[in-house]
Amino acid sequence: MNTDYLDFEQPIAELQNQIAKLRDTTHSDLNISNEVALLEEKASSLTRSIFAKLTPRQVSQVARHPKRPYTLDLIDLMFTDFQELHGDRAFADDKAIIGGLARFNGESVMVIGHQKGRNTKDNIMRNFGMPRPEGYRKALRLMRMAEKFHLPIFTFIDTAGAYPGIGAEERGQSEAIARNLYEMAQLKTPIICTVVGEGGSGGALAIGVGDRVFMLQYATYSVISPEGCASILWKTAEKAAEAADAMNITAERLKALELIDDIIPEPLGAAHRNHAELAKTLSEVLDATLKELKALSMDELLEQRYQRLMSFGRYEE
Amino acid sequence: MSWFEKLLPSRIRTEKSNTKKSIPEGLWQQCSACHSILYGSELERNNEVCPKCGHHMRINARHRLEVFLDTNGREEIGATVTPVDILGFKDTKRYKDRLAGAQKETGEKDALIVMKGAVLGVPLVAAAFDFRFMGGSMGSVVGERFVRGVNAAIEANVPFICFAASGGARMQEALFSLMQMAKTSAALTRLAEKGLPFISVLTDPTLGGVSASFAMLGDIHIAEPKALVGFAGPRVIEQTVREKLPDGFQRSEFLLEKGAIDMIVERNQMRETIADLLTLLQHQQKPLLATEAAA
Repeated sequence: MNTDYLDFEQPIAELQNQIAKLRDTTHSDLNISNEVALLEEKASSLTRSIFAKLTPRQVSQVARHPKRPYTLDLIDLMFTDFQELHGDRAFADDKAIIGGLARFNGESVMVIGHQKGRNTKDNIMRNFGMPRPEGYRKALRLMRMAEKFHLPIFTFIDTAGAYPGIGAEERGQSEAIARNLYEMAQLKTPIICTVVGEGGSGGALAIGVGDRVFMLQYATYSVISPEGCASILWKTAEKAAEAADAMNITAERLKALELIDDIIPEPLGAAHRNHAELAKTLSEVLDATLKELKALSMDELLEQRYQRLMSFGRYEE
Repeated sequence: MSWFEKLLPSRIRTEKSNTKKSIPEGLWQQCSACHSILYGSELERNNEVCPKCGHHMRINARHRLEVFLDTNGREEIGATVTPVDILGFKDTKRYKDRLAGAQKETGEKDALIVMKGAVLGVPLVAAAFDFRFMGGSMGSVVGERFVRGVNAAIEANVPFICFAASGGARMQEALFSLMQMAKTSAALTRLAEKGLPFISVLTDPTLGGVSASFAMLGDIHIAEPKALVGFAGPRVIEQTVREKLPDGFQRSEFLLEKGAIDMIVERNQMRETIADLLTLLQHQQKPLLATEAAA
């Protein structure tokens, strides 16, 4: 099994394997290029058909793909002059959340996002992208700085959740998350949030309150992980597929429920197959959205943000 | 269960308990801490606090507000806001049936009750969670009622108090429930703009999405003795860190030690303490004590 490919992608992996083998052959057969083109065409159409009917559980696997673009990848591809800023000024620098100043199409901005690692060593340093209170407090410090210097804020969300550890509880994980929700609701600068991979519960929302919330096509956003939900409600994590389905965690369903503003289309075979193409699409959307938000007065911006938050919820009366 | 009972939809079916009860339910209760056998009505008169050991047992929302607020001038807010099964959510049971079951058990429509009133003559709006209602979980109705309570406080220019008792967000409403964290927190920014106090009372248990939103945004945080308060539940933490948690971890006394709360207040002192705090914050005269007010 090719570990670059998820279980349901294995037929694509096989085709790619054949293509690679053909290319490696040293035969001077003229038909090889035709053959390769044919197989590539077949691989694309297979990819298209597999990705056209992903189950919510499969989408959640794509969202967690180890080659998915992370915040640092997106910063590299969409921003210039990134200056990372560290620490919450009280306890530590949490490497599960990164942030700093940068330029977006020449304009000064603040960028904040969760950061996962691609190998074990990095993942230990990044705590698998699961922030502790100091991560959220660093984010808040940077957001207040952005307000002070009139910098728009871009956040990139990709976490399984806030870290449930002893130290995190001792230092007030709940308060750190709550404080961010409260401050982001009234921060006097445009905030644009994008769920890039996993939008894991309060740990995601803590940098996810803004004027616009986008999701990449194969990102997920949920109140609890499918596994967590299954183990509580079904009493077994094996029902994660059912839980993923029941919780409407995909961009498509959340857009239909008006819980997010828009979906960013991903390249064929999802964002991890082509970071650059994804970054180009996302960058265009962010640019247009920023222009839209900057056209509003501060009062309009804050009132719209508030009304957006108040609109969440369905009930009878 | 007979084949006939199986045919009945679960909403109609009533589950029979296996043990025959020879005494009426609630006549005798056992303290969950010292295991003393207590006379039910005596326990109720003592606001669900064990008269033997002082242990604070869970108290339902309506009872909480009844003992907290002055008798006169109470007015419920948002009672007409009732839950719907937005997603057609079904796990081992339908959300609809869980709602119906909880409504039948508690006599409430959802897990938060909000009332306008006064405490020792100090006007305020108070909200209380009912833990019996699906673990006090926060969904759209809880969020909306909370916001209406805050708005009523703003309109009347009075403080807002919330007694939290919740396992967190309501999974059956999925992302709608997560968004209630942002919605309730945002509402509090408007209360603060008006310079009105918000006192958050943390009771057993306050966890997850409720603790990680408005419950931790009080001007003053009060906890009842020995309440379990935290972001993640103890079991989740134990599974993550693979070690046994220290005694008293995430209890009120621990939170006070770590600087997360201002004080621990016994239930029977709650009225006096909160009335006193509110008058201090609002430059008002010290409220009359309950005994003086009654006289």
